[in-house]
Amino acid sequence: METTLVKSNFKSEEYFINMGPQHPATHGVLRLLLTIDGEIIKKVEPDLGYIHRSIEKMCERDSYQQIVHLTDRMDYLSSHINNEAVCLTVENALQLELPDRVKVIRTILSELTRIASHCLWWGVMGMDVGALTTYFYGFRDREMINDIFEETCGARLTMNYNIPGGLMFDIHPNFVQRTKDFIAHFKTKLPEYDTLLTGNVIFQKRTKGVGVLSKEDAISFGASGPVGRGSGYSCDVRKHHPYSAYDRVTFNEALKTEGDTFARYQVRIQEMWEAMSIIEQLIDNIPEGEHKVATNAVIKLPKGEYYQKVETARGELGVYIISIGTKNPYRLKFRSPGFSNLSLLNHIAVGGKIGDLVASMATLDLVIPDIDR
Amino acid sequence: MTNEALQNLINSWITDLEFSEEESQFLNITVTPEHLHQLMSDLKSNKETSFDYLFCLSGVDWQPELGVVYHLESTTHRHSIVVKVKTADRENPVFDSVCDIWKTAEFHEREVYDFFGIKFNNHPNLKRLFLTDEWEGFPLRKDYEDEINMVIK
Repeated sequence: METTLVKSNFKSEEYFINMGPQHPATHGVLRLLLTIDGEIIKKVEPDLGYIHRSIEKMCERDSYQQIVHLTDRMDYLSSHINNEAVCLTVENALQLELPDRVKVIRTILSELTRIASHCLWWGVMGMDVGALTTYFYGFRDREMINDIFEETCGARLTMNYNIPGGLMFDIHPNFVQRTKDFIAHFKTKLPEYDTLLTGNVIFQKRTKGVGVLSKEDAISFGASGPVGRGSGYSCDVRKHHPYSAYDRVTFNEALKTEGDTFARYQVRIQEMWEAMSIIEQLIDNIPEGEHKVATNAVIKLPKGEYYQKVETARGELGVYIISIGTKNPYRLKFRSPGFSNLSLLNHIAVGGKIGDLVASMATLDLVIPDIDR
Repeated sequence: MTNEALQNLINSWITDLEFSEEESQFLNITVTPEHLHQLMSDLKSNKETSFDYLFCLSGVDWQPELGVVYHLESTTHRHSIVVKVKTADRENPVFDSVCDIWKTAEFHEREVYDFFGIKFNNHPNLKRLFLTDEWEGFPLRKDYEDEINMVIK
């Protein structure tokens, strides 16, 4: 039987394997084409499109109210923030002044979303590098946030709570108390995350000095969110382009300069503390007032171009709308954080081992529907 | 830098640029395809502008023109600008690639090629990103028709 490749561009010692689309560490249907020499990675090429739904094309046919519902099918772990991004773009275009109540509630919900997303990320990050227990810890705490969402928004994952002009309905009477209970609970649990995983010697050896990304490369690759901030690149949209109620709270932008997998890990842990601090500053002072302002049943944006960026749990989500004055956008583009973060995977993985690739990829925190859109 | 100062500075580099601030929150520059790469590389390398962060790259079908919109920000000066380039050639639209200036452009340009059929010179790996290689047509063009997959209203 013939056992050697006759026609190939590969050097004799190099070979090629598929990772995914059904690999647990790719967190969804991402397929990576790996060129490998022994166990050393020579090239990583992502193959995308397994769940591409062409949301941008669907947006061109839908009304602005309908578009909001498509966005939480992108990055489903930041669905509330995605909704907010489209709503803010439409509201800015219509020059609607929102009640303070809406801004504060949106900010609290965004930060709860961020904690929930990071809890899930922390759970699967541990699992990716072989620590199974973290998964149960992360999901236990995320469940409490999902219960809060369920009570107020009526859904646990795809919230659809924001509408252009405000919120779909007012918060549930239990919302404030349950959020406070969660913060009190999570303050005792987050230190456990450090005890369980952060200080673990095996974990540190798997992550320190692995997948190093310099600040210049982070900017050039368009990295954002914790991936950029792990490389010392100050890119927090909440700081540089504040929206909703972020201009009235004080918080620190979590920054690390090492640029390795462990730095990105630490940034996310730090962000959970900051998110709790932001919620605490706002939760007792939710202003009274309306939960929405009236908009026309058919929203038509004035002719022009509108851009709005927000900070999701993964980084910078941009919404670019070109309107020609009709009830649909002429063109709508989502600049998703995962898409740019994925593009640097080849850069940080080359020269490392397959196990390092899994660790690096875990801290990029990819959500594939966000990339495929 | 203010938009006015930016406009004056950039206008001194290349002559046939169009500036506009109407109907947009940014300063918009429209450049011809021939001058695109030179302008982009100047915008990045000039110390006063230093637009080192390409945060959005979108293809647009303006009918009949096809084009690309680049959103740029400077991480040192924190100012933003939008560069637009257009071509009337729908059969074979080609622009110069900017991946040598911003690495993020490599994936974004592949996405634009996939959905608009706009080609980029000097791109290291220009092929479809999301759709299969056998796919016919470019779905985000306004004249694209697909009776099976599109719900037409």
